[in-house]
Amino acid sequence: MQLNTRQKEGVTILDLKGKITIGAGDVELRNAVLQAVNDGAKKVLINLSEVTTIDSSGVGELVSSYTAAKNRGAQLKLVNLPPKVQDVLTVTQLITVFDVYDTEDEAIRSF
Amino acid sequence: MPEDNRFHLAIGSRFENIELVQVVLNDSLERLGLDSDARHWVDIAVREAVANAIKHGNAQDPSKVVEVDAEVDAGELVIRIEDQGAGFDPGQLSDPLAPENLLKPNGRGIFYMRSFMDAVDYGSRPGGGTVVTLRKRLAGPQAGARSGS
Repeated sequence: MQLNTRQKEGVTILDLKGKITIGAGDVELRNAVLQAVNDGAKKVLINLSEVTTIDSSGVGELVSSYTAAKNRGAQLKLVNLPPKVQDVLTVTQLITVFDVYDTEDEAIRSF
Repeated sequence: MPEDNRFHLAIGSRFENIELVQVVLNDSLERLGLDSDARHWVDIAVREAVANAIKHGNAQDPSKVVEVDAEVDAGELVIRIEDQGAGFDPGQLSDPLAPENLLKPNGRGIFYMRSFMDAVDYGSRPGGGTVVTLRKRLAGPQAGARSGS
């Protein structure tokens, strides 16, 4: 997985690319979110548009990131879910837990 | 599974080897005529099974092997993943959809396998270890194929 962090209108955006799977990006995602929150970020947006595969470990890291952000007083939201990522979150009902947006602008305005 | 509709792969218990399984499996499934969506979901299910075999079965001991066997039999894709661990009781699994489990970071792998395949069965292998069997009915031209044909 490739991960890039950028700022836009007060929101920390993590652009993920590739696979979020066990041993290939799952821990990296959690560390990036923790670092952003520990650095003071209160609005974190994960852009999944270029994620090709996510497994249960990747989903677990999304959940861990979500709860870690919440526990530190930050909000974590998701944007640009590819259909297969959306399906994976839907079957485990996590799609109802996360705040999910179709576009980056819409997500930024929601914070 | 090119000509006789089956393949066998043995990997050391390292997570990076899951990618090797994925490449070999995807190539075989493509030759069987599965479309990219179908290959994706089979891939996810096999990833989960192999990851469990490496992590929970073989405790990431690289000297222990995970074996992956796949075949097409009577229109059904059958994939078996075997580890050399202490065994596993699927009856002990918790429901990942239960409200108290929804935000747990783990416990979804087998649920995903069962969601994306037609059947998932657990058994023991002689001498110890777990055998997971994943089954998927095929709708394409390979549906009537039998192993060894």
